[in-house]
Amino acid sequence: MALQDKDRIFTNLYGTQHWGLQAAQKRGNWDRTAEIIAKGRDWIIEEVKQSGLRGRGGAGFPTGLKWSFMPKSNPDGRPSYLVVNCDESEPGTCKDRDIIRHDPHTLVEGCLMAAVAMNASAGYIYVRGEYYNEHLILQAAIEEAYAAGLLGKNAAGTGYDFDLYVHRGAGAYICGEETALIESLEGKKGMPRLKPPFPAAVGLYGCPSTVNNVETIAVVPEILRRGATWFAGFGRPKNSGTKIFCIQGHVNKPCNVEEEMSIPLRELIERHAGGVRGGWDNLLCVIPGGSSTPLLPKHICDDVLMDFDALREHKSGLGTAGVIVMDKSTDLIRAIARLSKFYKHESCGQCTPCREGMGWVSRVMDRMVEGRAEIEEISVLEDVTKRIEGHTICALADGGVWPVQGLIRHYRPMMEERIAAYKARVAAPAMPMAAE
Amino acid sequence: MTEAATDHLDPNWRNSRAEPDSFEFDAESEAQIAKILARYPESKKASGVIPLLYVVQKQMGRQTGSAWVPRIAMDRVGDRLGMAPIRVYEVATFYFMFNTKPIGRFHLQVCGTTPCMLRGSDDVFQACKDAAKVQGYGHTSEDGLFTMTEVECLGACVNAPILQVDDDYYEDLDYDRTVQLIEALRRGERPAPGSTTGRQTSAPEGGPLTLLDVPGGD
Repeated sequence: MALQDKDRIFTNLYGTQHWGLQAAQKRGNWDRTAEIIAKGRDWIIEEVKQSGLRGRGGAGFPTGLKWSFMPKSNPDGRPSYLVVNCDESEPGTCKDRDIIRHDPHTLVEGCLMAAVAMNASAGYIYVRGEYYNEHLILQAAIEEAYAAGLLGKNAAGTGYDFDLYVHRGAGAYICGEETALIESLEGKKGMPRLKPPFPAAVGLYGCPSTVNNVETIAVVPEILRRGATWFAGFGRPKNSGTKIFCIQGHVNKPCNVEEEMSIPLRELIERHAGGVRGGWDNLLCVIPGGSSTPLLPKHICDDVLMDFDALREHKSGLGTAGVIVMDKSTDLIRAIARLSKFYKHESCGQCTPCREGMGWVSRVMDRMVEGRAEIEEISVLEDVTKRIEGHTICALADGGVWPVQGLIRHYRPMMEERIAAYKARVAAPAMPMAAE
Repeated sequence: MTEAATDHLDPNWRNSRAEPDSFEFDAESEAQIAKILARYPESKKASGVIPLLYVVQKQMGRQTGSAWVPRIAMDRVGDRLGMAPIRVYEVATFYFMFNTKPIGRFHLQVCGTTPCMLRGSDDVFQACKDAAKVQGYGHTSEDGLFTMTEVECLGACVNAPILQVDDDYYEDLDYDRTVQLIEALRRGERPAPGSTTGRQTSAPEGGPLTLLDVPGGD
């Protein structure tokens, strides 16, 4: 049973209506905001906990729990900040873009509610630099909200003062990592910080801060209006709610769609994206949750559910729910090698295993595309990725090696065939092992 | 990141436009700066560094037809924000969207990451080479109109492949439509950004299959 329109939160996902305040209010945004906020901080956090909402930026951390880490009072005079992550740069992900350009008031209202829950006096929405036109709309929506008394002093008649600002990044994937984002917002290179201290203790400008993804914040108003039970009623336990999926690649009709969590992958693709190009049997594999999540070969795709836990059982993940579909015409090794190039390009260079490792992996993968390698190097490559994983400050390197590990795990014979074909074609002298 | 950021141009083009000797913000930029600095606490003005570098890049585009950030302008940004010059240089070179060398009138940014690759970004690249007459990534056309850069995932993957021209996304491209777009730019036209097949944003081709029954409706 597919999600019904009445249960969709992003009712203007495709921009068929106007994004502005008046139209947004007709769609139900900014309804009873003051009444809900009057129920208080503890009630909001408890309701978000009960809803089962997990962060929509990739890691899937329980949102209510994250908010509860923020200090209840600020005796030393430091303000608290809400920081919203709209650096959406994970290849395959384009959901936050639709929220800020078509449904920005879901986010603006969510920011106010989240700010009350974490006692934040100001919020910054960090929008990736490339979303220039999109950030103008979000900025205009915020200005509308100020003009209508929904932000600023006594925001929305709640008795609470809250300021909200848009800050544009400038083309760095790493700034989607929460501490790199904070560094960038402070005017520095986007290099991740060691944790602890966690942002809830020492975040933006040294003050308690919480960084949440756009979609996470934007679903909060509807959860609070309709109740935690409503949201928790979708999807399997611990994987609850609705979610925007970005279905792309070799499907007949690529699209974004808000669906119920735990929907079977095959149903998602066939119901909303017109099916796999050439039919389901023409499917090779799917990257289920943005580029960092390891691919799933067709036999797993046949019946896997799209949620955090089901995908983890197959050593992959829901990530950002960017579903990259590849049919049998795909040069899969090249597709993964291109991702390796992406991570090489985006490494901030702070940690040696990542700075050197991403480049090394990318160069070896480029040779694997040609088959210009020794069979044994596949194992060397796998071993090196495991030595990179978990040995850096942030998770960029982990995300960078997982696609390669997924390729080797499921398609080692394909890589071996490529090498054999190269050797048959070119009678070249043997390469020194794992040389670049 | 820096290798591509400093490698935007072929050498001939670079020599023809050296670093300027001076840079001052114009009135339009000053108005923007005042708005920007109001967003951050008084003692945290460094937060304005990325926004001010954008202001510089836009002003250079207005004044010279080439949207880039000369070093002298980075110094002016540092003066304004109370930052040491090196801190500004670090930021300007770390972030990929600042052009630290002059570029052509139009910046063709081809997304080549896997989601676009699967949908034909190789054809977009080839069309840019052919129609804009640029040799390859990092090059500027002889007439100074077009600079082509390969960029990483632009975050519009369900509308792949994408070409970003300056600030605008052109989506759902193929070889022919990319050529038509570039020819239009050459004629001084600016086609409306978005899907080049007339698709409703990120909805499936042929129109939305969901959200047919929602309140509002204007």
